[in-house]
Amino acid sequence: MSTETAKPVFKNGIARWIDDRLPLLSWAQAEFVDYPAPKNLNYWWNFGSLAGIVLVLQILTGLFLTMHYTPHTDMAFASVEHIMRDVNFGWLLRYAHANGASMFFIVVYIHMFRGLYYGSYKAPRELLWMLGVVILLLMMATAFMGYVLPWGQMSFWGAKVITNLFSAVPIFGETIVTWLWGGFTVDNPTLNRFFALHYLLPFVIFAVVFLHILALHQFGSNNPVGIDITKKDKIPFHPYYTIKDAFGLCVFFMVYGAFVFFAPNVLGHADNYIPANPLVTPAHIVPEWYFLPFYAILRAITFDIFWIIPAKLGGVIAMFGAIAVLFVLPWLDTSRVRSARFRPIYKWLFWVFLADCVVLGYVGANPPEGWLPTIGLLATIYYFAHFLIIMPLLGKLERPLPLPDSINKPVLPASGAATAQPAE
Amino acid sequence: MADTGTLTADGETRRDFLGIVAWSGLGIGAAAVVWPLVYSMNPSADVLALSTTTVDLSGIEEGMAITVMWRGSPVFVRHRTTAEIDEAEDVDIDTLRDPEADSARVTKPEWLVVSGVCTHLGCVPLGNKPTEPRGEYGGWFCPCHGSVFDTSGRIRQGPAPTNLPVPPYAFESDTSILIG
Repeated sequence: MSTETAKPVFKNGIARWIDDRLPLLSWAQAEFVDYPAPKNLNYWWNFGSLAGIVLVLQILTGLFLTMHYTPHTDMAFASVEHIMRDVNFGWLLRYAHANGASMFFIVVYIHMFRGLYYGSYKAPRELLWMLGVVILLLMMATAFMGYVLPWGQMSFWGAKVITNLFSAVPIFGETIVTWLWGGFTVDNPTLNRFFALHYLLPFVIFAVVFLHILALHQFGSNNPVGIDITKKDKIPFHPYYTIKDAFGLCVFFMVYGAFVFFAPNVLGHADNYIPANPLVTPAHIVPEWYFLPFYAILRAITFDIFWIIPAKLGGVIAMFGAIAVLFVLPWLDTSRVRSARFRPIYKWLFWVFLADCVVLGYVGANPPEGWLPTIGLLATIYYFAHFLIIMPLLGKLERPLPLPDSINKPVLPASGAATAQPAE
Repeated sequence: MADTGTLTADGETRRDFLGIVAWSGLGIGAAAVVWPLVYSMNPSADVLALSTTTVDLSGIEEGMAITVMWRGSPVFVRHRTTAEIDEAEDVDIDTLRDPEADSARVTKPEWLVVSGVCTHLGCVPLGNKPTEPRGEYGGWFCPCHGSVFDTSGRIRQGPAPTNLPVPPYAFESDTSILIG
């Protein structure tokens, strides 16, 4: 509303009166309207704001689903069917929410790979990146607990397998798992607390997103060239990026809508339309697609490590380690050049790493038979080697291309350093 | 000695002491608030109330096995054949991942009672029904991550770290046991 009347001071008297006492409007104006963004951002930079919008949509659809859902083992499954069949637009709410979770992950994964390609995690944006990893962890916990709520076969057995991961903790494992369950197996107390936490965590995510944006705006967005840029190379967020983000949002909604309206169950599992049965394990337990690479890493460790870490604990450590290594990435990458555009070797290794994640996903989706466990182990080793060996060494060994003085440079005809440009 | 701000030999003041007392009081208070919240998530009295299950063994033929529920989880009761008992007893214990003699896991050799929850990540292993795969060692096979158990419920292959635990049980008569 204030955007039309805006610029320096609010023309609307009421807005001005409020803003004098509570500077919320001028804060929003500064951070989301005037915010100076690099003028060369490409479409990969759409996914941050897109993730924020999907989060809001998830909270909204989730709120209305809550009004019809019953978190009790005897009634949860039936209440979800009630939402699907009886509640007005219940099918839309549920399909939008379930597919929205998948969309949230695809958007965030693209957002993260963009950060990896353009080195957005490097100084001075280390905390910005780490807050992002915190958001990813919170998203994973939220998505996992949300998947338990319909109380189908995959809900129950997924919950059982994942909570059992904690039994790998030495000495206290069993105590921790019993505490998590509130009983001796996944049962009603577990369902109740998962529901409570599934409702809480999105608001925690919202708060961390706020910190994420705070950290982002401290130094401003990175850009495809990856160099520090001057004020001259920045443009106000509105209208330039609001319109670009709006266009991206339209494209996103076409993909999202295609899933919700034409293929609402392709990303799910048929087994979850069977009510939970604690006596029968489904033939093939698979997590949702967005967990598959991590699931493959969990299953890759089938041997004791150094005779002291049992295989089960080893798998759990590897799986959590796959996320933990992201936290320290800003210090593992020794290259001072941010963008892969100027890193001739990293540019290719980025794609190799992306392919490795896809391979892990494929291995995670299929039963551990034939060559797959071996491929899974090799892909797991490469995943960690990428971060722990390649990134530190590559920064020292690779010879980066010369960096331009400003983001204007690359678009100008290559004339070498001969033409004297005033340094900005 | 003055009332306030007295410096000891180490440069400490009364104010430092008050600070320590105040902060530790706050810490203890916070812990006292947090503990009931955390502990409330442990099993409640009705869940804890020791549940027992009586199992009638009379209908279980040699070579057959049944699944019963105990504390919300499956328990396997298997009437072992002589061949299966011999197989379980003849294993060199030192070669096992979780070394345990078969005699330590049964009350009567023909009856094996073990938890039906895989010690890896909690799936229910297959093998109780004759139509299901029992794995290389004739016991159970967990379909989730490929753990293989022998005819004593001991882990032989795959990721599970320990044997299928034996729940507490006692023979009430020759044809009936009480689990729990």
